[in-house]
Amino acid sequence: MSKVMSVEEVAAEVESGMTVGIGGWGSRRKPMALVAGLLRSNVRDLTLVSYGGPDVGMLCAAGKVRRVVAPFVTLDSIPLEPHFRRARQGGAIEFTEYDEGMFMFGLLAAAHRLPFLPTRAGLGSDVMRVNPGLRTVRSPYEDGEELVAVPALTMDVALVHLNRADRRGNAQYLGPDPYFDDLYAKAAARCFVSCERLVDTADLLKEGPVQSLLISRSMVTGVVEAPGGAGFTACEPDYGRDEQEQRRYVDTPWEEFREQG
Amino acid sequence: MSRADVCVVACAEAFRGDGEILAAGIGGAVTVLAARLARLTFEPDLLTHDGVCLLTGDVPALGERPEVVEGWLPFRDHLWLVLNGRRHVMLGASQIDRFGNSNISCIGDWARPKAQLLGVRGAPGNTRCDPTSYWIPRHSPKVFVPRVDLISGLGTDRGAHDLRRVVTNLAVLDFRTPDGSMRLASVHPGVSVAEVVAATGFELTIPEDVPETREPTAEESRLLKEVLDPHESREREVAA
Repeated sequence: MSKVMSVEEVAAEVESGMTVGIGGWGSRRKPMALVAGLLRSNVRDLTLVSYGGPDVGMLCAAGKVRRVVAPFVTLDSIPLEPHFRRARQGGAIEFTEYDEGMFMFGLLAAAHRLPFLPTRAGLGSDVMRVNPGLRTVRSPYEDGEELVAVPALTMDVALVHLNRADRRGNAQYLGPDPYFDDLYAKAAARCFVSCERLVDTADLLKEGPVQSLLISRSMVTGVVEAPGGAGFTACEPDYGRDEQEQRRYVDTPWEEFREQG
Repeated sequence: MSRADVCVVACAEAFRGDGEILAAGIGGAVTVLAARLARLTFEPDLLTHDGVCLLTGDVPALGERPEVVEGWLPFRDHLWLVLNGRRHVMLGASQIDRFGNSNISCIGDWARPKAQLLGVRGAPGNTRCDPTSYWIPRHSPKVFVPRVDLISGLGTDRGAHDLRRVVTNLAVLDFRTPDGSMRLASVHPGVSVAEVVAATGFELTIPEDVPETREPTAEESRLLKEVLDPHESREREVAA
């Protein structure tokens, strides 16, 4: 059964107040076509869960965000994300700030339907101070060690962008790093995948080895063919980051950038 | 010999004795060159990466792709390795205090910062689980502060696993004091102790005789100049 949808149809599935996980990492393989769909919709008060990049920045700039859950927001080659900075400095958003490893354990917990996973990452740092809801847990074994109980990063919707997918939602990455897109798909109640190119299921293994089949259709609600759909972020091997466009994004006032498309 | 060469070698020295673990520079020129230089000279068993997710079998120049790949370290495995501990990371810091607590998250009150920076990234886990050193290209009282605004990386007083050294454009500092506070370990050639003291916003332990940071050997200078960084990226990163 085909799950092929349009960007607009995916955007219509996202409601105000929802928690939305966004795949990729920094300015790498971000589902920017799907994010653009959210920018055009009336949705607001979103909680974003992301190893943050321009996805977070744009949605903040457009006033779509109530809370960001992230260990960082960066454009990689440009370290600081201008719109996220402005939103934070203006007090426009709430922020749940986690260590990168804590964040992964939150995704793993949600993917495994566990309430939390324990880790050392975060202990002793101000992550514990600025997230007063975080709890610790003591090992029930002889070591008795106290650890951070990272709560599951559950989400209503996950948006990810991969290189290839079939019409039923099996999705494949062809670049060097899967990032955490499979975990977002498993952690979310519903996952929408955009891809550079839809291919027949029989052709997936002509594109890459079996290990590149990152996301199973059983985790996917809808699939969108969106060539260039990660731009200006990197989507290797299909294309690298468009540094010039990313620079223009940083240097141009948001409204102007948005109108220019 | 340039100041940048001295800084790279001082950073490379942080990895001495580490053996078969990942030497992780956080990016830019100096930390990456340091890991690669250490591997090419006195610490040949180190693992180094390409800045993305490949463990390189050879030791390429800055910005060049490796010709030989010996392993794969996507972000998920990098985060695993942080907890595993077989990794020595050289971090940066926007602020660092006397016990090595560091901040890369924001300046001002966290609830509504004056300047939002990166976020804590992996600093909490890195410092709790791995040997950690710092590279600070601009030693100043703005960076070396009495109290950091948000503790991202842990100091020796908050459970840091093993803080090795802090290398700056002026000096090398470590934590070899009875209370684990920062000590001036050496000053770079041409730098006075008074300069370091003036550039540090808290009281440092100063030994009676402060040695000079060692100069690069002829072979280290050659490797930096001819092999690892022929375009001299390191010079642009180090404040004069």
